[in-house]
Amino acid sequence: MRATRFGAVAGMLAAAFAATAKEPIRIGALVAVTGPAAYLGAPEARTLEMVVQELNAKGGVAGHPVELVVKDTGGNSDKAVSFARQLIEEEKVFAIVGPTTSGETLQVKAVAEEGRTPLLSMAAAEAIVNPVAPHVFKVAPKDSFAVEMIFGRMKKMGITRIGFLSSNTGFGKAGKEQVEKLAPAYGIQVVVNEVYDKAATDLTAEVTKLKAAGVQAVLNWSIEPAQAIVIKNVRQMGLAVPVFQSHGFANVQYARAAGAAAEGVIFPASRIVVAEALPASHPQKGVVEAYKKAYEARYHEDVSTFGGHAWDSLMILARAVEQAGADREKARSAIEGLKGFVGTAGIFSFSAADHNGLDPSCFELLTVKDGRFVPLGP
Amino acid sequence: MRTSRAAQVAAFGAVVVAAQLAASGAGKAFFLTQLTMSAYYTLAVLGLSLLMGYAGQISLGQAGFFAIGGYTSALLTTLDLSSRRGHPAVAALVRLHLATPRPDLFGGQVLGLSPWLACLAAVVLGAAVAVALGVPVLRLRGHYLAMATLAFGTIVSSIAVGTQALGAADGISGVPPFELVPGLRVGGGSADRVPNYYLAWGLVALAMLLLLNLIHSRTGRALAAIHGAEDAARAMGVDAGALKLRTFVLAAVTATVSGVLLTHYNGGIGPSEAGVMKSVRYVAIVAVGGMGSLWGTLTASAVLNFLSLRGYFGAYDDAVFGGILVAVMLFFPDGILAADLRALLSRVAPRRAPGEET
Amino acid sequence: MTLELLLQYLVAGLTYGSIYAVVAIGFNIIYNATGIINFAQGEFVMLGGMIAVSLSRAVPLPLAVAGAVAATAAVGALVEVAFVRWLKRPGVLRLIVITIGVAILLREGALAAWGEGVRSLPYFTGDEVSAISLAGARVSPQVLWVLGTTALIVAFLSFFFGHTMVGWEMRACASNREAAALCGIPTRNLVTLSFVLSAAIGALAGCVVSPITYTSYAIGGPLAIKGFTVAILGGLGNSGGAVAAGLVLGVLESLSVSLLPTAYKDVVTLTILLAILVVRPSGLFGSREASRLRDFG
Repeated sequence: MRATRFGAVAGMLAAAFAATAKEPIRIGALVAVTGPAAYLGAPEARTLEMVVQELNAKGGVAGHPVELVVKDTGGNSDKAVSFARQLIEEEKVFAIVGPTTSGETLQVKAVAEEGRTPLLSMAAAEAIVNPVAPHVFKVAPKDSFAVEMIFGRMKKMGITRIGFLSSNTGFGKAGKEQVEKLAPAYGIQVVVNEVYDKAATDLTAEVTKLKAAGVQAVLNWSIEPAQAIVIKNVRQMGLAVPVFQSHGFANVQYARAAGAAAEGVIFPASRIVVAEALPASHPQKGVVEAYKKAYEARYHEDVSTFGGHAWDSLMILARAVEQAGADREKARSAIEGLKGFVGTAGIFSFSAADHNGLDPSCFELLTVKDGRFVPLGP
Repeated sequence: MRTSRAAQVAAFGAVVVAAQLAASGAGKAFFLTQLTMSAYYTLAVLGLSLLMGYAGQISLGQAGFFAIGGYTSALLTTLDLSSRRGHPAVAALVRLHLATPRPDLFGGQVLGLSPWLACLAAVVLGAAVAVALGVPVLRLRGHYLAMATLAFGTIVSSIAVGTQALGAADGISGVPPFELVPGLRVGGGSADRVPNYYLAWGLVALAMLLLLNLIHSRTGRALAAIHGAEDAARAMGVDAGALKLRTFVLAAVTATVSGVLLTHYNGGIGPSEAGVMKSVRYVAIVAVGGMGSLWGTLTASAVLNFLSLRGYFGAYDDAVFGGILVAVMLFFPDGILAADLRALLSRVAPRRAPGEET
Repeated sequence: MTLELLLQYLVAGLTYGSIYAVVAIGFNIIYNATGIINFAQGEFVMLGGMIAVSLSRAVPLPLAVAGAVAATAAVGALVEVAFVRWLKRPGVLRLIVITIGVAILLREGALAAWGEGVRSLPYFTGDEVSAISLAGARVSPQVLWVLGTTALIVAFLSFFFGHTMVGWEMRACASNREAAALCGIPTRNLVTLSFVLSAAIGALAGCVVSPITYTSYAIGGPLAIKGFTVAILGGLGNSGGAVAAGLVLGVLESLSVSLLPTAYKDVVTLTILLAILVVRPSGLFGSREASRLRDFG
């Protein structure tokens, strides 16, 4: 008798539990885990896995368990298109995170829009959200913010003639466009403007050209090891001018790789790389410190802004689903309505016209001192 | 009894139809998308198979021609001429229906060149480059030829990445579908999926028919003779130089057309399509299929491209192709499939001349 | 352009040039013994650097370099034994394709083993900012190490091939394999030795350039392309020619930066390669004789 009553209670509990277990939300990810953009994509993929585990440990998003389907595009646009179609039509994902690079994103933008699947790109090109496609968002800050911050500082330092080096990747190209566009407004003349191959192993010749032109500062825009090679070449050649880097430098392994040459390099970065130095009152402190601690404990490597983009895109999606439920169109509108969302890259406030949601305050100027990133004083 | 070529192609057609019905019926119609992309890659690989298997010339630059086709048509069809409407040349193009207004993704209107015009321009350019490259380079043999074609492929790749007008590292996107005849267009929309599938594989069947006829003609036998023993062939009056050049151009044109069509299907192209790794893949597929076997190459291409495009190999995609290359070259120099297919389809290719020197 | 700047460009060019030259020498050794162009040569350079960095965490730098050279030499031997030795009469086509496949496998293997990150050995002398002044041009001490190592390798090879029994046997093997075999020379083992030597030299180069260029799993490919451009320029099989051609190409590239947009630097190099292949495949310094393709097997 007791047994049957016990069995009935157990049965009811089990039924209740089954009833509350909701349908999983499947999220697709297009990431360049291998290939030439692996510097970006590998930390992104690791972050995605970590965040999904964390979310599921807390019971999922609004009770829905999260399933992650990661596709490695290798940075190839044809794979990106093929996988995008596969994710949308076959896996019927709720939303797509990525792609990693601007080139891939531009190729899949139409596919995602046609498939009416929200896409949160981790790439930075302005063309991703301009013109705005209703389902396509990006979480990486605009390159123009970084450029304006650098130029603002240069103007303050009285620099008018600079040498600009960029790599032949999408990242370098985007930076080059902004630099060329914005320099005149700050009274800055780009006297040397050179593009080098992303696989370049030594840039002494390019730096010699800079020296020959008598530049007052060097600005380098790339994400490869070339960033470290440039500063070494500059210092070895005795070119004693300030060196500025893009926000691609915001990965401490490059500062370490450049060793003594990295001292004094100035670059804009989101606050994730100086998480410890943030005052406790800073709105982003909690989020970036938590992410940094978790990532570094799990993967034994330093955080980077790229991994941060992955965190931002997943958590923005999660917030949208929490607010609006597991419906694609409602979640999409919810993202557009999101204001003041604290992410690793900055504080996001989206709108129908602004699918990026960041403003220039997401960046801060940093410098390297004793091999560590510290905020640059005024 | 020798299966006739027409019967082989018909059997192939039956397989294509069966695959489509099976996929659609099982509710897996999205397989057709990747099968269609595989079909376009197969066009390029078939041309290479002719060049490597029959003419015995190695080319590590096939992806370069693919890129020439893709980029040319992408560039020309994404040009927006609305701002130059007044110009007499543009007005003439509009009158000839070679430039038509069409809506873009965001509700605006652009005046774009007709994809037929772009395709023609791409093929002409591809053929011209093939001639310009082939005349000096086909005199080389073995390693030197491989390196020359590799250099060519890398040059195309560097130009694609380094040129702002070609989109540099981002490539060109927003390429409109290619309307072949009203109602039938090469494009990735899900509504067009089944027609596109048949169109793509229909083109492959057509190409197979043409290539098979070529192989069984005098030209084909001359090609085999060159492959086997070039000097002897020359002694018999075969104009080896002209034949090699024509085959090289034919292979280049198949790659160019393949590039044009796939770019319209995907709606864009990026510099990764021109890279050396792509050329190596094409060579790997030809090796697997058997350098003397067109049907073998077709099967290998359909299977390997499909699996790769579905991400079956995950992050090890390149490693798989590298491994396949090594394994096939070591253990199955005649191709994995050549033996079986020959038994099944009876004699397709002419007997290869003894010895394997190039 | 001032003399000082010119010297600076020259030194830059000599740095790149010696890196290319060492890769080309590696190609030549294997080519001379077997007639094969080993597309995996760049990967040996990569492996040398990567292994040395891993070892340097545990042992002092000189030991790490020696260990890396030995390990890569072993890999070279393995490659030869596994993929080349037992082939009977392979065609040139087949061998080219095999070495390309091997290159891909080595690269992907490195990615699996070490990840995508970038690493380097510490500077042998000095650090990232130290520089020596040479008549107005400033040079990193590591560059002198690179140039010195290249010179050492060339000297060693000319001694080896000129004055040792084994070296003579390899030369005999290269010029006429059948005759060499008839004389009792163990040709198969010499082929293995050629791979071992090439791999060791590549690895040493990889170690010494690592502080300058950084090492990662993908550096092998572009290096190989530059390397065989130089090998062909200098005449396939001619190591002295390779060094000269390497330095010439390096200096040309460096000076071209002062004139042309750098975005097309590679296009220029490859067009030069195409032109040489078409006009004079024996290269700047090679002989018509040497450029006849050798048969393997």
